[in-house]
Amino acid sequence: MSVEIEIPIAEPAAASSSHTANDAPSANESPAAAQPAAAATAATPPSAAEKEQPVIETLETPAQAAPTPPAAKTDRKNLAEVIVVTSGKGGVGKTTTSASLACGLARQGKKVCVIDFDVGLRNLDLIMGCERRVVYDFVNVIHGECTLRQALIKDKRFDNLYVLAASQTRDKDALTKEGVEKVLADLGDDGFQFVVCDSPAGIEKGAFLAMYYADQAVVVVNPEVSSVRDSDRILGLLASKTRRAEKGQRVKEHLLLTRYSPKRVETGDMLSIKDVQEILGLEVVGVIPESPEVLQSSNSGEPVILDPNSQAGQAYDDAVARLLGDKQRPLRFTTVEKKGFFSKLFGG
Amino acid sequence: MGLFDFLRGKPKNTASIAKERLRIIVAQERGTRGTPDYIPMLRRELLETIRKYVKVDFDAVKVDLIKEGDHDVLDISVALPDKNEMAAEAMAG
Repeated sequence: MSVEIEIPIAEPAAASSSHTANDAPSANESPAAAQPAAAATAATPPSAAEKEQPVIETLETPAQAAPTPPAAKTDRKNLAEVIVVTSGKGGVGKTTTSASLACGLARQGKKVCVIDFDVGLRNLDLIMGCERRVVYDFVNVIHGECTLRQALIKDKRFDNLYVLAASQTRDKDALTKEGVEKVLADLGDDGFQFVVCDSPAGIEKGAFLAMYYADQAVVVVNPEVSSVRDSDRILGLLASKTRRAEKGQRVKEHLLLTRYSPKRVETGDMLSIKDVQEILGLEVVGVIPESPEVLQSSNSGEPVILDPNSQAGQAYDDAVARLLGDKQRPLRFTTVEKKGFFSKLFGG
Repeated sequence: MGLFDFLRGKPKNTASIAKERLRIIVAQERGTRGTPDYIPMLRRELLETIRKYVKVDFDAVKVDLIKEGDHDVLDISVALPDKNEMAAEAMAG
């Protein structure tokens, strides 16, 4: 028994945009210059003049011209590996994790797109440091108001890393299952090897859509009761409300512990890796120690994985290696570092 | 262990309490996972109706959806109080 939430979009923009021509592809190359004007048009429905523009061939095929059922698209050859970063509870480090995993995969030479599914509360752009270059967003692409290529923001550090921002203005019902499927399929056709989906908190539509097409799930957990409980709820949804689940397959689930404090585990104040693993029954893909560099990184818009001196950054790099199949990589920063004489004496 | 740790008092191992609480609640929630949303409401209404006539405990009504081959079976069980309890209650009342 499953209840599908399908909310039709009543906006005129959605109904008409599938036939409308898109802006010239050159807009993609100079997003900074086009920003104010483009942002304004993106927010309003296309005018009559825009509708009469000749159709320019774009990356996407208009929905009207290709009435193939969505199921047919699953047979496509070029499929990107879709990884959802999810948690249920808010504030545990989903966006930080998404940004670092995406950067780490890109650093390993993979072509990666990281998508913000948190419509209305966009934040991935800030963590990735590209907030001033957002012209078009995910919802614009789904509604056919721009092409996918126009909306993809190229990372300044890696040529093979792109960000797709969430819409800041639309409500969460602006995303549709079909729209998300098409974007993922188009990314695969465009040679992307990995798509990292940054899920919003909660178990509403945004979180549901972020996980629906996932091949793998990174469940971000703080070693704390409410986070562990919410994660278990998410595991239930991954096993029942995803496309893989509907086809009788499993989404590969990984546990990523964040804000881990070996010292507090040792004193009995914090759940250990083993505790969380036992309760949730998951394989650990990474343990990120509580570290000051995480806040510093988000302050400066440089994902923490790019800080080679940070323990959190190195731990994320290990997680990326494990995601790519490195089974030998040992867990680091999970035990208390040896104390000096004075701290031993005074119980520092 | 520091030299002056005894001043801080005995540390409580709250992590083990957390683990035990989580183990129970997670097991309980996994048990009801996948059942339709109306089950708890149905259970509550049944309990209210039964309690109009018989003084049963608040956890006396159990409603489960059981899969049997192709079809689902709604399994409802009501634990009635035993005769001694009823008699004792009648005396008191």
